[in-house]
Amino acid sequence: MSDVISTDVVIIGAGPCGLFAIFELGLLDLKCHVIDILDRPGGQCAELYPEKPIYDIPALPLVTGADLTARLMEQAKPFKPQFHFNQMVTTLEKRGDNDFLLATDGGLQFAAKVVVIAAGGGSFQPKKPPIPGIEAYENGSVLYSVKKMEALRGKDILIVGGGDSALDWTNNLQPIAKSMTLLHRRDEFRAAPDSVNKMRELVAAGKMQLKIGQVTGLKGEGGVLSGATIKLADGTVEDVACNAMLPFFGLTMKLGPVAEWGLNLTENLIAVDTAKFETSVPGIFAVGDINTYPGKLKLILSGFHEAALMAQQAFRYVNPGERLMFQYTTSSTNLQRKLGVN
Amino acid sequence: MAKITFIQHDGSEISANGVAGMTVMETAVKNQVPGIDADCGGACACATCHVYVEPEWVEKAGARNPMEEDMLDFAFDVRENSRLSCQIKVTDALDGLRVKVPEKQF
Ligand SMILES: Cc1cc2nc3c(=O)[nH]c(=O)nc-3n(C[C@H](O)[C@H](O)[C@H](O)COP(=O)(O)OP(=O)(O)OC[C@H]3O[C@@H](n4cnc5c(N)ncnc54)[C@H](O)[C@@H]3O)c2cc1C
Ligand code: FES
Repeated sequence: MSDVISTDVVIIGAGPCGLFAIFELGLLDLKCHVIDILDRPGGQCAELYPEKPIYDIPALPLVTGADLTARLMEQAKPFKPQFHFNQMVTTLEKRGDNDFLLATDGGLQFAAKVVVIAAGGGSFQPKKPPIPGIEAYENGSVLYSVKKMEALRGKDILIVGGGDSALDWTNNLQPIAKSMTLLHRRDEFRAAPDSVNKMRELVAAGKMQLKIGQVTGLKGEGGVLSGATIKLADGTVEDVACNAMLPFFGLTMKLGPVAEWGLNLTENLIAVDTAKFETSVPGIFAVGDINTYPGKLKLILSGFHEAALMAQQAFRYVNPGERLMFQYTTSSTNLQRKLGVN
Repeated sequence: MAKITFIQHDGSEISANGVAGMTVMETAVKNQVPGIDADCGGACACATCHVYVEPEWVEKAGARNPMEEDMLDFAFDVRENSRLSCQIKVTDALDGLRVKVPEKQF
């Protein structure tokens, strides 16, 4: 077990609302560690619509999901947040007043005085194709992500999909696989041209197979996969021998572990008050898409407002008895010093 | 106004009135038609509004756009008549349109 990381605040989720929370908490001198299951910041903006325009961010008539993320990161930078990506927060327990213990699936542990849940629509998880009987193979033969490449050495691998994950893993695993087949529904790929070219070279060299079609069924026994039935684009059906299958159909949001932390939920959202955006457990806050209250709108700008009010109460928990002075960033030399502009 | 019929996986049918300018997905969501999840609200970013256009309507419903074609990679059991319903705009010419809802948006 690793050492426990101690901090003022742990923010769960690095979407736009989690990122702006770093800023608001930072202005009040609260230090943050931010944890996200994705490999980069931005939440839905980064994962679902990086190139699409957003038109309702105050004072930014048009900004893309990727640009908004970049700007929020820049705004949070003076406060030196510590990010922990590729980590899902699995447990959150209260040890005492202003004393919470969190653990991730990657083995990290955090002790925090305040917890801010900015988990949006929930944790991003790989989409599981509804192939009949697929669950039986999910304990080893069917993998939605690669944790240890070595576990796939010498296997007959079938990769399904046409995006970057599918192409990257095809190219990376081919050298250690006994055989490699890539299956995609069409002979066009959304992935980076470099990796598509590399895959095509491997096919041309006879080192792997590319098939155009879709999986319709799986074969195997006792949870061990032996083959997949595929329907080719021309309608013919054939079997591909494989003992490992990796489907890459993108990500979807599932509430995930958040539901198990003993917080009051309303229709799978965390109920909060509208003065502090605090949950049913004092010291645990929820901002952004994950929370609900009368009149809630799932908009980024609402999450920004929630983060500002939340920070006030978080300050009081971390610095009991201390007076909190209201200040403008425009005129306060104190705030400007923190921002590194004065 | 165009009448749009959504055929559920179990064969039952739900009809709704589509307003020109709205999308088929919006028509479904507004009328609480089950099976159209539309997680991204119509931004062509989720593929959870997948439908199968009945053969006689395929041509009138039009061709997939390139973004939609890419997004269909994230849908399951894509067929020749697969469309993302947020990318089909309702017009008077689509009065009577029939689409099948897949067993599961995933
Ligand atoms: C296509 C599309 C278009 C949109 N357009 C607009 C628009 O024009 N204007 C607007 O205001 N809003 C828009 N939205 C909505 C907006 O993106 C959301 O309101 C916003 O992303 C919510 O931010 P958030 O920080 O609350 O959560 P999210 O962006 O959902 O981020 C939450 C993060 O938390 C992480 N997480 C969750 N659980 C865990 C866990 N247990 N451990 C670790 N990490 C976890 C997730 O992986 C995720 O990265 C749009 C959404 C979509 C999909
Ligand atoms: S609603 Fe998301 S792609 Fe159509």
